[in-house]
Amino acid sequence: MAFAHLLAAVRVLAYDGAHNPHAEHLSVGADWAVFLVGAGMILAGAFGVILLRNPVHCALFLVITLFGIALEFINETADFLAAVQIIVYAGAIVILFLFVIMFLGVDRKERIAAEPFKGQRPLAFALGLAVLILMLVLTGVTTWTTGAHSLSGALIQGPGPNSGHEGDVARLGQTIYTRFLLPFEMTAALLVIAIVAAVVLARTRHRVAGELSEDEQAAVAQGRPLTGGSQAAAAGGNGPAAGTARPADAEVRR
Amino acid sequence: MKVPADWYLILALILFILGGVGLLIRRNVLVMFMCVELMLNAVDLTFVTFARTLNDLGGQAAVFFVLVVAAAEVVVGLGIIVAIFRRRAEATADDVHILKG
Repeated sequence: MAFAHLLAAVRVLAYDGAHNPHAEHLSVGADWAVFLVGAGMILAGAFGVILLRNPVHCALFLVITLFGIALEFINETADFLAAVQIIVYAGAIVILFLFVIMFLGVDRKERIAAEPFKGQRPLAFALGLAVLILMLVLTGVTTWTTGAHSLSGALIQGPGPNSGHEGDVARLGQTIYTRFLLPFEMTAALLVIAIVAAVVLARTRHRVAGELSEDEQAAVAQGRPLTGGSQAAAAGGNGPAAGTARPADAEVRR
Repeated sequence: MKVPADWYLILALILFILGGVGLLIRRNVLVMFMCVELMLNAVDLTFVTFARTLNDLGGQAAVFFVLVVAAAEVVVGLGIIVAIFRRRAEATADDVHILKG
């Protein structure tokens, strides 16, 4: 089935549209134009992500891919998802990537030629090719529909006041808040968990003001005076909060 | 006439395989994360294509949830990457064994 379409499109592209039986493809060129532009953006961005050495360039090519995906969403009447795709991915996730890259230093370049495991790379290419061939064969021999009834409502309403797809957002929202209410609540919990996890992961253990390091506590216990050297070492080793271990507090505790 | 669904499926397939191959051949954890995003987007494209083909809103709802989960996953993953980088100057995927405590 896929190969038939492929052949038809090649024929359409190869011959002039006036006299061939596939001319109706040409008369609706807008859909195909958007599809091809989006596909070009997606593939160019994906190759950029997996081939470029600098992580910043990879992130920028990822943006190109995400915009291509949004184009295809629009072409498939998923307008709301296209907007969310751009806002969430390009607006939040890629910015987060760039933020972490900048935070960790932009001048780290990967030695792409270095191969940690012998033969991993040819194996990866072979695996990719095998999956490609397998899926193409599956596309050719199977039919996709099972005949099962939809649980979540029709995407495009039949004839009536809401025909067409202008009610896309409203119907999607209705589905999410009724049929998918439990998963929706679970994503809310997931987001809270993710925020807490990010805070816990990114936190460093600072000492509170007035808290002594272990060395200083030992010194206090043995009655030794706190020397400036140990203070400086504590401040240097344990971050800015260590500097707040004031000698005055040590005196008080003693 | 619309673009047939097969074209979208083949495009999503190619994107998914590019992401998978990138995940296997790159060693920088940040870039590997971006490759996972590529694979997620390929699956999103498949969902939307089937939503259109089968005239079923469930596909678009699934994409909505995939977006949310991807956002949460990126937050936690980047937190882990920052934690690794804090321990070591250079972070490749081979260094994750230092996580074992």
